[in-house]
Amino acid sequence: MKPSGIRKFFDIAGKMKDVISLGVGEPDFSTPWPIRKAAIETLERKQIIYGPNRGLASLLSAISENIEKRLGVSYDKDSELIVTVGGSEAIDIALRSLINPGDEVLVVEPCFVCYAPLVELIGGVAVSVPTRLENNFKLTLEDFKDKVTKRTKLIILPFPNNPTGAIMTKEDLEPIAEFLRDTDIMVLSDEIYSELTYGRKHFSIVQLPGMRERTIYVNGFSKAYAMTGWRLGYVTAPAPVIKQMMKIHQYAIMCSPFVSQNAAIEALMSCDEDVKKMTEEYDRRRRYLVNEFNRLGLTCFNPEGAFYVFPCIKSTGLSSEDFCERLLYEKKVAAVPGSAFGDSGEGYIRISYAYSLKHLKEAMSRIALFLEDLKNESK
Amino acid sequence: MNELLKLLEKNARTSNAELAVLLGKTEQEVADEIAKLESDGVIKGYSTLIDYTAINPNLVTAYIELKVTPQARTGFDDIARFISQFDEVKGVTLMSGAFDIGITIIGENLLVVSKFVSQHLATIDGVVSTATHFVLKTYKDNGLNLCPDESDERGMF
Repeated sequence: MKPSGIRKFFDIAGKMKDVISLGVGEPDFSTPWPIRKAAIETLERKQIIYGPNRGLASLLSAISENIEKRLGVSYDKDSELIVTVGGSEAIDIALRSLINPGDEVLVVEPCFVCYAPLVELIGGVAVSVPTRLENNFKLTLEDFKDKVTKRTKLIILPFPNNPTGAIMTKEDLEPIAEFLRDTDIMVLSDEIYSELTYGRKHFSIVQLPGMRERTIYVNGFSKAYAMTGWRLGYVTAPAPVIKQMMKIHQYAIMCSPFVSQNAAIEALMSCDEDVKKMTEEYDRRRRYLVNEFNRLGLTCFNPEGAFYVFPCIKSTGLSSEDFCERLLYEKKVAAVPGSAFGDSGEGYIRISYAYSLKHLKEAMSRIALFLEDLKNESK
Repeated sequence: MNELLKLLEKNARTSNAELAVLLGKTEQEVADEIAKLESDGVIKGYSTLIDYTAINPNLVTAYIELKVTPQARTGFDDIARFISQFDEVKGVTLMSGAFDIGITIIGENLLVVSKFVSQHLATIDGVVSTATHFVLKTYKDNGLNLCPDESDERGMF
């Protein structure tokens, strides 16, 4: 198994001086103060214990209510929900519960780096399903229909998408749901960026008829509430699936961090306004970057979610890895090559806008110089 | 608050073209909106945040609390207007609470400020007392955070 392609650049950049990074995948905002205060109060007043395997009862209730409020779908907090150590654990235990050796998993790409390795770790077969710029990196039925076999067990839907910023609307999801209803294929929907969408509200596949029954829904606190370091996520699924996942969770993890769980209750109760403010700020940065990249001649599709833009660098004639390596060494800007997110990411680079506008402007002026250099070379 | 104002408050030199991109509007819409905010008196002006101590490290900023006997008819206005005319005075406000007029002053050095207080402020008819507080360090000014950034230890996930 190969180490993460993101990691490699991070290690190089970390050893260089004055590097301006566009690489991170976590918010630049601090966790809103009421959440941190709740954690401090927990430390002061409570005994810091393991807690119940599934999660604190009050947090389970709060999550279940929150999902119902956002999506209009209800999950039983005692049998259809687990509080996990980030969305990452949720993905891992979902795969381990469902996939037998030889089972095939459709991995929609480009996507976050963890899915295929976690599938392969348990003897599953990761089948890559590339999405395309022409479709705004949305998944279409045509993209995966022909890849379905008798052994296809699961399809992973990573939307809003890291690294492309693509989202799936109700209309985009309907034909896919229509197709899946006649199969035994389950869905793993990783919706960790669901609260960070621009211009329209996120829509989940679990909202479509017949899909709640076959979907494992993963979400968490990291991105929406700027709580990455708290390591807290959750997963919902039909009770029989959750029952299997609970076994792995209780033996491997026991329970999610107690302080983080107490803080997360506060996040759900009082921080809607903070999420809104952060989203507005991301939105401005997003508009700035899309405009800049297109102005500089790197086609950049308009992402509607997450906090990444995914400009196309094919016009430079460089591979995405060469582009990023030269950009790093020559102009000291760290970006992640699209190829790190699957073969279909080749020809693109991932730019995170979890940075201040000032930081982004400095980075863009360096990228402009780099593109100028490349042009002069080819003359 | 108005999104446009938020952006201008942070950086008044942001061009209309850039504001248009950030707000998802046309340049003309931004220009019109700014013109309206100016004519409505919402935007009073555009000034620059300057750290004069970067040129002259002896420079001092002081907050001065003034207790004042209000004048017949004009109340505090005449005295506040009189104080506002001095160039070294950067801010004048009428306050509720333990004192009446709050003044921000920047002076060449400690001596200049104390002279200003004793010669120009304390001597004004109606001024009952003054209390001068010197600024030791500024952490945030006009919404701008002046603390140095902490190093970014976020990972590239």
